[in-house]
Amino acid sequence: MEMFVEALLSILTLEGLVTILVGVTAGLFIGALPGLTATMALAVLLPFTFTMSPLQGLMALGAVYMGAIYGGAFTAILINTPGTPSSIATTFDGFPMARQGRAYEALAAATIASVVGGIVGVAFLLLLAPPLARLAVVFGPAEMFWVAMLGLTLVASLAGGSLLKGLMGGCIGILLSTIGVSPIGGETRFIFDFPPLQGGIVLIVALIGLFVVPELLSMAAQGHGSLKESNKLEGGALASIRKMGRHIFLRPTNLIRSCLIGQIIAIIPGAGGNVTSLVAYNEAKRFSSDPSSFGKGNVDGVIASESSNNVMVAGSMVPLLTLGIPGAPPDAIILGVLLMHGLRPGLDLFTETGVLTNGFILSMGFAAIMLLPVGLLGGRLIHRVVIKTPFYFLLPTIAMVTILGTYALRNSLLDVGIMLILGVAGYFLRLIGIHAAPIVLGMILGGIAEQGYVQTMLAAVVDPIPWLRLVDNTLSKVLAVLVLISAATALLPGWLARKGLLEKAGSEEETS
Amino acid sequence: MTFTYKTLTMAVTAVAAMGLAGLAQAEYPEEPITYTIPFDPGGESDVTARFQEPHLEEILGTDVNVTHRPGGGGAVAWSEFQNSAAPDGYEMIGVNIPHIIAQPIMRSNAGFETDNWKIVTFFHFTPNALIVPKESPFDTLDDLVAYAKENPQAVTLGGSGTYSANHLGVLRLEREAGIDVTYIPFTGTGPLPAAVQGNHVSGIFNYSMLGVQMQDSAKVLAVASEERVPAMPDVPTFKELGYDIVGGAYRGVAVPKDTPTAVVDRLEEAFAETNRRITDKQEPLGFVMTYITDDEVDQVIQDLEEAYQPILEDAQTQQ
Repeated sequence: MEMFVEALLSILTLEGLVTILVGVTAGLFIGALPGLTATMALAVLLPFTFTMSPLQGLMALGAVYMGAIYGGAFTAILINTPGTPSSIATTFDGFPMARQGRAYEALAAATIASVVGGIVGVAFLLLLAPPLARLAVVFGPAEMFWVAMLGLTLVASLAGGSLLKGLMGGCIGILLSTIGVSPIGGETRFIFDFPPLQGGIVLIVALIGLFVVPELLSMAAQGHGSLKESNKLEGGALASIRKMGRHIFLRPTNLIRSCLIGQIIAIIPGAGGNVTSLVAYNEAKRFSSDPSSFGKGNVDGVIASESSNNVMVAGSMVPLLTLGIPGAPPDAIILGVLLMHGLRPGLDLFTETGVLTNGFILSMGFAAIMLLPVGLLGGRLIHRVVIKTPFYFLLPTIAMVTILGTYALRNSLLDVGIMLILGVAGYFLRLIGIHAAPIVLGMILGGIAEQGYVQTMLAAVVDPIPWLRLVDNTLSKVLAVLVLISAATALLPGWLARKGLLEKAGSEEETS
Repeated sequence: MTFTYKTLTMAVTAVAAMGLAGLAQAEYPEEPITYTIPFDPGGESDVTARFQEPHLEEILGTDVNVTHRPGGGGAVAWSEFQNSAAPDGYEMIGVNIPHIIAQPIMRSNAGFETDNWKIVTFFHFTPNALIVPKESPFDTLDDLVAYAKENPQAVTLGGSGTYSANHLGVLRLEREAGIDVTYIPFTGTGPLPAAVQGNHVSGIFNYSMLGVQMQDSAKVLAVASEERVPAMPDVPTFKELGYDIVGGAYRGVAVPKDTPTAVVDRLEEAFAETNRRITDKQEPLGFVMTYITDDEVDQVIQDLEEAYQPILEDAQTQQ
């Protein structure tokens, strides 16, 4: 307890609060720029922290991390472009809301959800780190395979109309993920004797290509911005904030569920924020009383996505601080900083250097709280800029920023080329009804599933029936059953409707 | 007269030459230097470069910009560097052994060649370490070897990457001990602690840093260095235990092949001095600091190429 007070006092200085404020603001803007991810924000900031004390450096990094994951929501909502991969699911309902003139409502909901998510993650980390850490190591290759399969059943709910087209999108994504050096085995695949392709297609490049470019092309084709220019706030900003606050806290089931999902997935090494928000979104839809309204501007989708990905910020530090296992890619950089300051992950971190560790954790909580003023003010600013700027200025500006962002990712012109090719392909695919979301989902999860499957099979070489290793223990059995249930709930209604066995399902199908 | 005139000319020429030479040396470096890391931020190479950056800047008196160009286990950046970097000392790139040896052998189209640059120095070495879970039945390397002899392929050893330092370490252990184990590649060092602590594998082959990090939460059976690693004084070397395995990853920095010697020397000194300054911070993490330059670089590459070539070629014919 004494340690907590001491830690609290050490961050509650003017210097500390300014560090957090600047960090959150910087993170927000970096996160909002497509192509600049949270990982990169931390890497760029790293050298600046050398001149700071260990605590101040960690505070700055934690704040930037928190801000960046939240900042991704802005572009997701306003221009249908996830600023970071963690905000993919935010686009599903956030952008339709913006088109209906409810952009600020969506931003307010995203802000409140992020703040709550951030604080919940910190609470989990402070109170439950050791028991949760044990959960992190339970997920071996076989379990990862099933987690990825579970994620892939999302295709059904993201397909929006045609399951077949959704599956085709998913397959395209999985194929794209196989380009380059294979994660296991190290062979080069599909590089067509062109060495630079060994680097494969990075998720964020595909993300920018498949989400942004088609949006820009259709804006140009339609000759007007995708948001109504008369996008005035009904009754002012405060009214939308209050409305969203009431919506979120009066029926908190969605929020609580999303936070729990966020925390559980955050501690699975290798899953990260993008998987978190997708799964939370899917469950929000599944448990909703009105699933068909998702994807058409249901604010619960935004809340699920944004609360769960901000839980991930502090939540993924659970395995990092206790076991040295980075739960999400940006955590690898935090690990580097800890090691640089001679701090070894483990329980010592909470006892011997407890003031520092608890100070770091608490500072993330403060960073989450600061998202509220920074986000709501910054949100108004960005909102106004996007709405007020004529599309013939907005469009080339966004195009320029995305190209720069793509280049900056790996200092690679090839990535820019890939982004543009995928963008054009994505535009035409969208015209025939294959959307970006299932493709990206396939890219994210295809790799995870492949790795889990191959590792499991390798470990099972001596077994008489190797694939039984996939359902070797209780957790993997449970996950496998979940996959079956999830696939069945996606496929059954359509099948029954076709057979004419379920009148109700049939009539629902027609109305949707 | 002619004599004095000649002397004068010679003197002037000599002075001019000295002056020019002095000028040429004083000139480098006058612009910022780009230091490319061919891996993602957060890894060992990146962390080291971050350690080095401020010291290099101070010693060289210019900005050193660390940039990342990840992809293909380093191959993307390396092939680009060999194709397009200018030999003026303002572009340098991190190089790793065994990556630069193994990739050109294993891939017909890696896009770069092992010898096609000037390696300034290898500044540190991270030996492989064999780490098993705390609950593992193996308390010593001999336990593991004995079990593996009885049960071919049953022992699963994880590591980072394929034909990486870790993988090659496992293959060498197999040869040296006459055993057959199953190697399971993971993507990077990140997932390995979980694999050990969750008992997903019998053990892992990874760098000494992880051994130091996991000293309390796992058992480190042996380390593949010539002498014991300062940060893990109780862990025996493979050599002590009777297996001639010294290996791991050497990290260094390279410049294009035709870079002037004076520039290379200047960088060499700067890296050596930087190394001395950051020893206090890196050694406790499990790094073994090295000062390998010039002929020794060729020697190290040659030795390891000899050690790895047959293993890699074997593996290739099996593919």
